[in-house]
Amino acid sequence: MPKLTPNRRHVITATAAGVASLAMPAIAQTRTVKVGLLLTYSGPFAATGDLGDKGARLYEKLHGAPAPGIKLEVVRRDEGGANPDTAKRLVQELIIRDKVSLLAGIQWTPNAAAVAPLCTEAKMPLIISNAGGASITRMSPYIARVSFTVWQFGYPMGVWAAKQGYKRGYTMVADYVPGHDGEQGFIKGFKEGGGEVIGSVRTPLQNPDFVPFLLRVKDAKPDCLFVFSPGGPQATAVVKTFASLQLKEAGIQLMGSGDLVGEEELPNMGDAVIGTLSAHHYSAAAKRPENEQFIAEWKKEYGPGSVPNSFSVGAWDAMAAVYHVVKNQPGGIDPEKTIALLKGWTHASPRGPIMIDPVERDIVQNIYIRRTEKVGSGYVSTEFETVPMLKDPWKASNPPT
Amino acid sequence: MSEILVQALSVFLHGLAYGMVLFLISVGLSITMGLMGFVNLAHGAFAMLGGYVAVTLMLRAGVGYPAAVLLAAAATALVSVVLERTLYSRLYDAPELPQVLMTIGLVFVASAAARYVWGPLAQPLQLPSYLAGALQLGAFSFPIYRLVLIAIGLAGAFALWLGLERTLFGARIRAAVDNRRMAESVGIDSHRLFTVTFAIGSALAAVGGGLGADLLAISPAYAEEYLVYFMIVVSVGGLGTIRGPFFAAILLGVIDTTAKYLVPQSGAIVIFLATFVVLFWRPQGLLGRAGAVK
Amino acid sequence: MPRIRWARVGLATAPWLFIAAAYVLLPDYLPLGAQIMIMILFALSLDLIVGYAGLVSLGHAAFFGVGAYAAGLLARHTAADPLIGLAVGALAGAVLGLASGALVLRTRGLTFLMLTLSVVFVLHEIANRAVFLTGGDDGLQGMTVPPILGLWRFDMFGRTAYVYTALVLLACWLALVHLVDSPFGRSLVGIRENEIRMRSLGAPVFRRVLAAYTVSAALAGIAGALSAQTTQFVALKSISFSLSAEILIMLILGGVGRLYGAFLGPAVYMVAQDAFAKGDPVFWSFWIGVVLIVVVLAGRNGVIGVIEDIARRLRKADHP
Repeated sequence: MPKLTPNRRHVITATAAGVASLAMPAIAQTRTVKVGLLLTYSGPFAATGDLGDKGARLYEKLHGAPAPGIKLEVVRRDEGGANPDTAKRLVQELIIRDKVSLLAGIQWTPNAAAVAPLCTEAKMPLIISNAGGASITRMSPYIARVSFTVWQFGYPMGVWAAKQGYKRGYTMVADYVPGHDGEQGFIKGFKEGGGEVIGSVRTPLQNPDFVPFLLRVKDAKPDCLFVFSPGGPQATAVVKTFASLQLKEAGIQLMGSGDLVGEEELPNMGDAVIGTLSAHHYSAAAKRPENEQFIAEWKKEYGPGSVPNSFSVGAWDAMAAVYHVVKNQPGGIDPEKTIALLKGWTHASPRGPIMIDPVERDIVQNIYIRRTEKVGSGYVSTEFETVPMLKDPWKASNPPT
Repeated sequence: MSEILVQALSVFLHGLAYGMVLFLISVGLSITMGLMGFVNLAHGAFAMLGGYVAVTLMLRAGVGYPAAVLLAAAATALVSVVLERTLYSRLYDAPELPQVLMTIGLVFVASAAARYVWGPLAQPLQLPSYLAGALQLGAFSFPIYRLVLIAIGLAGAFALWLGLERTLFGARIRAAVDNRRMAESVGIDSHRLFTVTFAIGSALAAVGGGLGADLLAISPAYAEEYLVYFMIVVSVGGLGTIRGPFFAAILLGVIDTTAKYLVPQSGAIVIFLATFVVLFWRPQGLLGRAGAVK
Repeated sequence: MPRIRWARVGLATAPWLFIAAAYVLLPDYLPLGAQIMIMILFALSLDLIVGYAGLVSLGHAAFFGVGAYAAGLLARHTAADPLIGLAVGALAGAVLGLASGALVLRTRGLTFLMLTLSVVFVLHEIANRAVFLTGGDDGLQGMTVPPILGLWRFDMFGRTAYVYTALVLLACWLALVHLVDSPFGRSLVGIRENEIRMRSLGAPVFRRVLAAYTVSAALAGIAGALSAQTTQFVALKSISFSLSAEILIMLILGGVGRLYGAFLGPAVYMVAQDAFAKGDPVFWSFWIGVVLIVVVLAGRNGVIGVIEDIARRLRKADHP
């Protein structure tokens, strides 16, 4: 056994130090960024949350780590529906207990409104993947939205309907902020085009029975009915009741936001849904390369029978935004830098090109007018007209004071 | 003028159809509560089970609508007997609070189980083609499905009334409702009577749930959501009779539909206020047997 | 003898020691702690009428809700001190309690149950429809609750909320203990056990029960006001049947008619819910239903009942 001479000792020490210094950066560099994701995983609207979650998971799976040495940890929480107090409590816990750096998700406008003050107080950036009330992004300087505003559906629908020659409109919306937004948007667009809105009715958000409302609509004899529904089984109930009370035969054209004809509910509606018009930012049947690739990956992961919808795309794009801000902040997440990175961000989404407005931090995107048709044994909403890169019309006509 | 008449008739008949569904579901509750004085807040769970079984049979086994509803009723009756023997019978002589709580617990379990088995969404119901479509009489059109509901409700009410008034079994029920101790002293086995009545009541609820699935959507929240309407029918109508829930259900259905048609913003306020007023004025319900003593 | 004396003293102070300790040891859980204490106050108010007066109400959230909306509207439209908000909440609850009690307390049994249900449902519908006032389904928002007495601001970590809620709970608790131990409280128990007898003794049954009902409603109103102030939000659920059912369940789990049951029930329920319900709400709802059925059929009086059984057995061992 050779003796450990001072030279050999030096070599060994130097080698050990060298090896250690190679290992050190690897250990020091694996940083975890925690992101809180709030979706609706339970209750009657759980299917939408599930589709959103699938979109987020797919993005994570396909893109791996946002940057070398950075690991993303997504902490999931259940809003359970339009539960502002629950959402507020969950966000408080995510901030205090789980110590997240970013928040994403939020399907419901009331939840977003409840959470906004917390985002401001804690300086916590929130990337909204669904909630569509127009004024949300003004409630806190730390909120950015990648989904839509309901005004982006109601207003172009109204404008288009008036252009087609519809003269007597009626609106029926769910009685909460997005519903009111849909109603006001449609009325403004329709009136600007020369139409007249002869009646408006608001239905309860919980457990509505549409028969008395639709009877009332039918008796008023409009030529078109604009509906805003939160989606899910309620949308199916509207479409089916519309058919069973024979409003189409009475000459009323049913139109609405895309939530009325969400892909996951179409099979339940049956032939009653054929011919319904809608304005929306995403249709699974759209023919563009980003979407076709998205659908292919989706079906590969979740099975050929599964179809993504706007909730899926919202969550997908929210994750894309998360990756964008994490990737560009290798040193750590700073709230101001995060918001600066989101302002003006552009992205090729499966729905088409999107941008985050640098002033309002709100989504700017294409809006499509679609007709729902029967194709084979299923139903699809086919885009036939595009309103390009529409900013939120409400904010456009209501500049900040 | 005639247009308003057509509209009024339409609203009335829709309300009537809704009322008939409520009647079919609630009549069992009225009889069992009058019989045993048991506050069963889980009654809606039987209607829910009936709806789920009927829809599942139609969707997965391709069973026709009428057969599916009848099979669902039989299955529900079976389940109700099991629950009655194991859970309900232990609390017959207990005060209200345990009864209320146990049945609330049952509602939670039933809802969670339904969500687990069938998922959180409302079950899709495809009406058979002979029920789709509407009856047209000039300016008046009315969905056939709802006409059938009205017909079945009326027929069911008549059959039940006959059963209660003209059969020995019915006589036993009426006796036990009026005065259980006397009935027992005359040899009527009230416990067995109750088991059979409970089963029949639950089966009827299942029929109401299955037939009414297009009006009251079958979802895991069914038992909680519609509980208050069944309770209103039973308490406003009065316990222990067929007539009570029949008229109460019709009133509830017609008033609710009319109020929502005329003043959509009022929602369900009219119904709850009306319930309060009626119960305050006549605590035993409109047609309750005042002698129904526990 | 001394051992029982220590047990009594320990029992009386234990909840408060625990509340104080939690402030120091569990700083991340203060918002949850405040919510639990609010539910404890709510359960105490319900215990007064269910446990002591023997009336089963399914509409108690009506009082909680009006207290919450009253305090919430005050905070939204004025800069009044939160303590005034509490008074307003108590007043709103008491007025509703007196008004509805004068009507519904003439009945018992199923009719009483249904009337209390109708009250909460009517109010729920009104709150739902009067969107301009209550925010409807979206809830009442935009409240700015000023610092208490100008000194203590409600912070995001829930520190002020926790201490504030604890002190209010303590004050209400002392008042309630005083009430229950008084001749008035004992007459309530008498009414619960045998109403006919009490009437024949000449006790003013109706007035006593109405007084208890009003006090109970006022306390529930305070709980509602606390809830509005500490979360700066009033949800439509505050005035719903489902909240009424939930608080009844929490009370039962803890134990009825012993006042301390109202401490244990909400604490156990909400801690368990915080731990288990987040992962799988279906699972939670199922097991709560099972637990409820088991507790009811077992016939013991919730956790308190089990503890009392054990204590009784220990005492028998001491004095054979």
